[in-house]
Amino acid sequence: MTRDHQTLALLLFSAFVAVTLGITTWVSRHRQGSAEEFYAGGRLFSPMENGFAIAGDYMSAASFLGISGLIALFGYDGLLYSVGFLVAWLVVLFLVAELVRNCGRFTLADVVVSRMSERPVRIAAGTSSVTVSVLYLVAQMVGAGSLVGLLLGGSSGAAQSWTVIGVGALMVIYVSFGGMRATTWIQIVKAVLLLGGTVTLTALVLVRFRGDFDQLLLTAAERSGHGKAFLAPGLRYGEDWTARFDFISLGLALVLGTAGLPHILSRFYTVPTARAARRSVVWSIGLIGGFYLMTIVLGFGAAAIVGPDAVRGSNAAGNTAVPLLALDLGGGADSTGGTVFFAIVAAIAFATILAVVAGITLASSASVAHDLYASLRRRHAKPRSEVTVARTAAVGVGVVAIALGLLARDLNVAFLVGLAFAVAASANLPVLLYSLFWRGFTTRGAVWSVYGGLIPALALVVLSPVVSGSPESLFPGVDFQYFPLQNPGLVSIPLGFLAGWLGTVTSAELPDEAKHAETEVRSLTGAGAV
Amino acid sequence: MRYDDPWYDALASGWGESAGAGVPVPADSSGRREYEAPVAAAADVYLEVQRSEAFQEVRSRYRRFVAPAAAGFFVWYLAYVVTATTAPGLMARPVAGAVNVAMVAGLGQFLTTFLLTWAYARHARLRRDRAALELRWDTQELTRGLRGGSS
Repeated sequence: MTRDHQTLALLLFSAFVAVTLGITTWVSRHRQGSAEEFYAGGRLFSPMENGFAIAGDYMSAASFLGISGLIALFGYDGLLYSVGFLVAWLVVLFLVAELVRNCGRFTLADVVVSRMSERPVRIAAGTSSVTVSVLYLVAQMVGAGSLVGLLLGGSSGAAQSWTVIGVGALMVIYVSFGGMRATTWIQIVKAVLLLGGTVTLTALVLVRFRGDFDQLLLTAAERSGHGKAFLAPGLRYGEDWTARFDFISLGLALVLGTAGLPHILSRFYTVPTARAARRSVVWSIGLIGGFYLMTIVLGFGAAAIVGPDAVRGSNAAGNTAVPLLALDLGGGADSTGGTVFFAIVAAIAFATILAVVAGITLASSASVAHDLYASLRRRHAKPRSEVTVARTAAVGVGVVAIALGLLARDLNVAFLVGLAFAVAASANLPVLLYSLFWRGFTTRGAVWSVYGGLIPALALVVLSPVVSGSPESLFPGVDFQYFPLQNPGLVSIPLGFLAGWLGTVTSAELPDEAKHAETEVRSLTGAGAV
Repeated sequence: MRYDDPWYDALASGWGESAGAGVPVPADSSGRREYEAPVAAAADVYLEVQRSEAFQEVRSRYRRFVAPAAAGFFVWYLAYVVTATTAPGLMARPVAGAVNVAMVAGLGQFLTTFLLTWAYARHARLRRDRAALELRWDTQELTRGLRGGSS
């Protein structure tokens, strides 16, 4: 990539940083410092605003660059992967969004503890939420570092390290100064930029093929070198039975994990009512569905216009497919149009990462302050304002994420996003569904279902080929691989549900009928909701 | 700043705060029905509402829609993923032009997701929202009368 690309991309990116910092300062003018304001932005966002913010939280750079890259390299299997991300929203819409809005306050644990003895459940739910957030966060930080190398050609270690540190510092500033209100506006700005960029590129691809989707597919298949096989499943996830089960596991984790992601759950508290929460999910399903449909066009477009060989030559995982496509659509490497397009796409990708990490940092600081600190602090310790603790927690999460991001800089962390979804599906979803729908659920059941999903999920990953025993592992030199799949969801999600059931039927505690009645009435009517 | 939504006026005490530690309820100017404050614990109010016919109706409407719809899309998605990974030959069959069974099934997933979203939102708006809102007012009136009477 030439100097022009870099200068323009850096300029655009600085503009985005300036705008977001402006938003942060602007929203924190009349700050009252209440928990309501910090975690939930005063609960005054409209469904449309929140719908855009949810979409902004959810559409990561991994989707924008990763999925279209997968399609460009492996054809249909990339599309297969993207479907899970969208279908998952039906779980959120049907079973979670309204009910969680009605009976929670800020975090996942709020919903569960309404029926249980508070302390053990809060600690369990807080721990798993922080785990999910940190896994997701590290994936994004490392992604940001390698993106700089890819897009700006600065593949030197120093450039990557400074990117990780810069992204970490910015997200801490957004969250600790602006809280939920700033984070939400940053998500909205980012969602608009990302969708605008995607719509433009998609339109240009379709114009290039005169609106003939069939022709686009045929050209892509022809240039891929795989022929018709490019348009059918099997090139990536169909090699052998291990790969097949691995994908089924990943698909299950995607569909069930979204409803357990802490930064998604916390978004439902930013609107005034359950009805508004429902309408924001409807907005976000429209936006996210449209976005994934467009990534399909971009992916096949990149295969047809740029060609898989050129994509693979730039980055083996296909992450540069869309930037290369933009370069071509703008008029080629030496034209002004190509330079501008490439720079815009690079800047959008950065903006995407920055917004996503801010959302996750906020959710994990809420889990730390509202759940863990509130339960674990010594009884006689000087009481601090919860928001102060949350701001400090955001700094702490930022430092941890930067440190892990730097440590994992040169490692292959592509599995982390799938793992975060798997942990969310195994540890967070069972406890959430049980406490909303099961009359007989008890405290022990809640604690067991969280740890019964969390511990197997993490243990199985340690024993899987992503950690040891294969050339692409984190530690290729050693071999303690006993579990064949990269994604633990297929085993750990049923275990989470099983553990919750087992804990409940073996506990001596009698389920509290009145508390269950309260949860049920509140969740479906909104009585007493904050 | 007040939010212009009738539901927002009714802030009650925080969830999870023990009874008695509740925040004072803001005065509510909207017309409220008078209840003879029942001398009962808040728990009994919720049990009573739970047993009421109106609530049972809302709950069964919700469940009758959500249970089959959730089971339906989950099975449909699993069938899609399992077929795509284990039977690529079937999925590769051409339908029209470059479009094959796999492409139709994949875009079908998008389509069913959009359709179910629309159906759910419509069902909730027409069949649940009004009854739920009334139950919410009634329940809050009952618990409010209680709090006023005991303190």
